[in-house]
Amino acid sequence: MKIDVNGVPHDVDASTVEEALQILGWGGQRVATALNGTFVPAAARDKTALSPGDRLEVLTAMQGG
Amino acid sequence: MRDFYGVRLATPMMLGTARYPSPAVMEAAFRESGASVATVSLRREREGGQAFWDIVRALGIHVLPNTAGCHTAREAITTACMAREYFQTDWVKLEVIGHADTLQPDPFCLVEAAEALCADGFKVFPYTTEDQVLARRLVDAGCRVLMPWGAPIGSGQGLNNPRGLRALRAAFPNIPLVVDAGLGLPSHAAQVMQMGYDAVLLNTAVAEARDPAAMARAFALAAEAGAVASAAGPMPVRDMAQPSTPVIGRAWL
Repeated sequence: MKIDVNGVPHDVDASTVEEALQILGWGGQRVATALNGTFVPAAARDKTALSPGDRLEVLTAMQGG
Repeated sequence: MRDFYGVRLATPMMLGTARYPSPAVMEAAFRESGASVATVSLRREREGGQAFWDIVRALGIHVLPNTAGCHTAREAITTACMAREYFQTDWVKLEVIGHADTLQPDPFCLVEAAEALCADGFKVFPYTTEDQVLARRLVDAGCRVLMPWGAPIGSGQGLNNPRGLRALRAAFPNIPLVVDAGLGLPSHAAQVMQMGYDAVLLNTAVAEARDPAAMARAFALAAEAGAVASAAGPMPVRDMAQPSTPVIGRAWL
């Protein structure tokens, strides 16, 4: 399935946000996720289905003012 | 000092974590500043996010995630929700930017986002202007802290509208007020605290100093001096001279 991950096109064999994180190498890591601009809590990732063309954002801590 | 959503800060310093030459320099600056709060952000995953978070957590101070770079209420709300989960805090420094050059807050989207976040249980620290009508709307939305700008973010100009900031202090005597953004020199921090503000929030002035740790200490000293001065009750400003040495008893020469 073709989805955008952090703005970069990916072809992932995943049906949920959780599966996509595992495939992309973020399994078990501390990240925050949003799908098509909507927050996806960690507890809801395995129940949140992906569709072709979805935009997945995977965020982590960064310096800020 | 007024408390921040029930939290009494040990010092009136809030310091950003960005733009330091290295993590070690950042740590030294935080140590010297005595900062009670560290601001952080969320960005797209890349190497080092977890390591950075470990460093900040080890500082042992309050963490205030921001919504920097958000231009709509929706973006800011989503970012705040992600930050609450990631950083495990319901504090959020709410930034909704309305102009790319001045980084001025968008007052309309700011109120919209503040209403939604306060209703969702967030403890919102809105980055705002010194506009009193906007401040009232933010308080009505549920904000119990206001953070007016001193000058545009990263400009180092100091206080562009000290009279407006002073009027805001007088208008909201029970709300903790923080000047966030635009401070360049320790004297600016002293000026803020002398006006009875509760804290300063700065980043670039320390991070881009030649010696960030020394500058952090200078800001801490200045903020403390300003706070002590405010509590001590500054004299009124007069238009005319008034001799300090008694006139009575002056010799006839």
